[in-house]
Amino acid sequence: MIEILKEREQQVYEKGESRFDLACEKPSLAGSVSQRACVFCGSRVVLYPIADALHLVHGPVGCAAYTWDIRGSVSSGPELHRMSFSTDLSEREVIYGGEKKLYAALTELIEAYKPRAAFVYATCIVGLIGDDVQAVCARVEAEQAIPVIPVHSEGFRGSKKDGYRAACEALFRLVGKDDETPLSPRSINILGDFNLAGETWIIKEYYRRMGVETASCITGDGRVGEIGRSHRASLNVVQCSGSMTYLAQLMKKTYHIPFKRVSYFGIEDTAEALYTVARHFKDAQVLRNTEELVASEVRRIYPEVERFRTSLEGKKAAVYVGGSFKAFSLVKALRHLGIKTVVVGSQTGNKEDYDYLGEICDPGTVIVDDTNPLELSRFMTEKDVDLLIGGVKERPIAYKMGVAFCDHNHERKIALAGFEGMVNFSREVYSSTMSPVWQFSPARIGREARTAVDADVESTKGHGAARC
Amino acid sequence: MKEARDVTKLQGSDSKAGNFISTRNACKLCAPLGASIVFRGIEGCIPLIHGSQGCSTYIRRYVISHFKEPIDIASSNFSESSAIFGGGDNLKKALDNVGRQYRPEVIGIATTCLSETIGDDVALYLNQYKKEKGGEPIPVLVHASTPSYRGTHMEGYHEAIRAVVEALAEGGPRARHLNLIPGFLSSEDLRHLKEILSAFSTPFTMLPDYSETLDGESWSEYQKLSTGGTTKQAITGMGRAVATIHLGKSAAGPNNAAALLHEKFGVEADYLSIPIGIRQTDLFMDLLSGISGVPVPSRYRRERGRLVDSYIDGHKYVFGKRAVIYGETDFVVSMASFLDEIGVVPVLCATGARTGRFRELLSEAITHRHDEVSVFEESDFAGILDAGRAMAPDIILGSSKGYRLSRELGIPLVRVGFPIHDRIGGQRLLHVGYRGTQQLFDRVVNGLIEHAQTGSAIGYSYI
Ligand code: SF4
Repeated sequence: MIEILKEREQQVYEKGESRFDLACEKPSLAGSVSQRACVFCGSRVVLYPIADALHLVHGPVGCAAYTWDIRGSVSSGPELHRMSFSTDLSEREVIYGGEKKLYAALTELIEAYKPRAAFVYATCIVGLIGDDVQAVCARVEAEQAIPVIPVHSEGFRGSKKDGYRAACEALFRLVGKDDETPLSPRSINILGDFNLAGETWIIKEYYRRMGVETASCITGDGRVGEIGRSHRASLNVVQCSGSMTYLAQLMKKTYHIPFKRVSYFGIEDTAEALYTVARHFKDAQVLRNTEELVASEVRRIYPEVERFRTSLEGKKAAVYVGGSFKAFSLVKALRHLGIKTVVVGSQTGNKEDYDYLGEICDPGTVIVDDTNPLELSRFMTEKDVDLLIGGVKERPIAYKMGVAFCDHNHERKIALAGFEGMVNFSREVYSSTMSPVWQFSPARIGREARTAVDADVESTKGHGAARC
Repeated sequence: MKEARDVTKLQGSDSKAGNFISTRNACKLCAPLGASIVFRGIEGCIPLIHGSQGCSTYIRRYVISHFKEPIDIASSNFSESSAIFGGGDNLKKALDNVGRQYRPEVIGIATTCLSETIGDDVALYLNQYKKEKGGEPIPVLVHASTPSYRGTHMEGYHEAIRAVVEALAEGGPRARHLNLIPGFLSSEDLRHLKEILSAFSTPFTMLPDYSETLDGESWSEYQKLSTGGTTKQAITGMGRAVATIHLGKSAAGPNNAAALLHEKFGVEADYLSIPIGIRQTDLFMDLLSGISGVPVPSRYRRERGRLVDSYIDGHKYVFGKRAVIYGETDFVVSMASFLDEIGVVPVLCATGARTGRFRELLSEAITHRHDEVSVFEESDFAGILDAGRAMAPDIILGSSKGYRLSRELGIPLVRVGFPIHDRIGGQRLLHVGYRGTQQLFDRVVNGLIEHAQTGSAIGYSYI
């Protein structure tokens, strides 16, 4: 059996065991093959969808190469975000400093691509060689007359979460730059939806139908100008709370904009998100619109979801995702499909998040923070799951184990948010879980044989009991 | 022929395509990625990247997207204090933990730009670690120095092979036995190379061998490290072989594994281009035949015959067509040689690396239409696109990363090399030998035919 590293034992919990006090928010253990990325990754994924900005990775080539066009964030206009620019530091710059190259690279790129703003990501090595990224950015900003914003994302300065924070700080420098565009009194900012496969558009359309104006989407289908006016919206609606709560807090402090945390995954959470916004405006018409919207959407999608449920009822799932808020919604959404979550975890959850997960999960569920492939495979075996929900790195783990898989990370090409997202999600889960290919999987065959033996034992027991 | 050897006839400079200082969509990856692939090509070996968490996660994700296999790469997970005070403690802790969980036979340690820049003395840490463990059995520790600001993933690849050989190979009485260092190829290529070598009935060691580890079967139980790979024992024996065949000439130099085996143990070193196309495969077969004393097996002679036959069947569809190729230096050289022998002009040969030998190797490989061939080292995809626009190419050969080029230029992309992450089966693409060339040829011809067919106003069902 796979050993859980001693230092990690506190980061694993099985509901029903004595005391619930999951250790989390720790740096990954050295030598444990964590599924987590780094500070740079956190910043890069948050800022990525800002489509009319230049994103320049100041560092060696790998960091930029691995994040080229990495997200499924789509744009309704410019697509500059899909390019991967890098200063591609060489040995010479590592020794003598990379400021000159950064300055030259920034200048040429801004002149060539005419972006509305530029983000400069400082990667781990830049933190070491001590380049004054701030000064270079300030100089270029003055010369080129666009915001040139350093993002402090040195890889070793913490975890992905610290990268989220760095991204929020960078974003905050854009907020408040535009005071021209008029906004309706019922306007919101959508925070932390990244327009994967057009999800922001789905959500925006709901709000439009409710009579609520979207002032900006930070950062899905993002635009520098929109972010600039976001400080005049009446409410911030935060979806990916892990990444964007900090920006919401900054905006609350400076511009007194209240914020609400929501999720657009699953029927319940989507409905609840829309109602939260409607209630905030205390407007009878908006509330009525929302009721109508929810009722008609649910009526529309329910029969479809039900159809999938008929086949999926009774299956067991493992969920391992980046942010814990997504995990909450997934547990609930799976429940709608008759699927029980028996293993659940995230890369970045905090104490509160895990407490909440503990509340909504059934007894016996394994809850885990910052897991690794070996542990994950062990829990999946122990709990005998039929389905894993995760990202690209988790997919081969599931497949090798003969377990169905549904991709719920930032690369996906299918919209999973909102009501239609629920239908897509159900279809995704269904088309993997019910595929006939599993009949050939040695792992699955072995498992089914074991279950059959267990059932046999059970039934003999049953006979025995009857006879007594 | 003499003229064909004239390097000045190949156009372009040894610098980038375009004059940008920044890299715009890199046509290369970083060194620890190459090292990690090599380490996974050794039986029971887990790669450990000495640096921040992100490097190993990014590299895993990238490799998974091509091979579609689990690939566990550990990290020593630098923190701020390791960056200041050195990463020794983290490295040792990582060795402990990865040892406990995976029970590996070998741990392949690749440094990153981070650990290299702070000047971590990994060799010293490893010595300390061994001492601290006293007599306790520990895995073999191999250390490759792979800062990403020095070279590309290919430098990392070759450096890791060298490091493994340096750590494990031993001398002794010479055996009738061959070493093969295959270059960065697909799993299917590695399988095919092994098959060819076996047919010459000479025992051999191929390093690395990720043909199974990164393209394995479905499992009945979860495996910590997928099975397969060059065994430790086989690597030990590499110092006693008759010769090392090193595929890919750009890495030739005093610092690669073949040179090391030659210098330390007197193993003869033979450098060949990757055997793609008839000419390069002939050279490979001849060399094998020469070393082993076994004539080229008839099945390969027949495969070659069929390939010639199909070259003739398809020649009209490809003759005079213009191709863009990009990728790893040695891979592009062999591709160019193949295209050249079927009458396609490789109008743009690009690589993200800088070896300084690219142009020279290309002019050895290409014999026709030199005035039309442009050569770019240190290239990136934005540069390739800019340059490519003016060249009116008909087809592109390269990794998935050329998808945008193909879209913008409106011409087909034949996916070859690494990474193929927008298709299934990149790891099963065959490029080498007569058989691999056959598949390539068919795909190139059919790519052109399909393009003509879709572009035709009325369409046609016979060619
Ligand atoms: S920090 Fe260096 S080693 Fe790590 S991903 Fe970036 S380029 Fe590669």
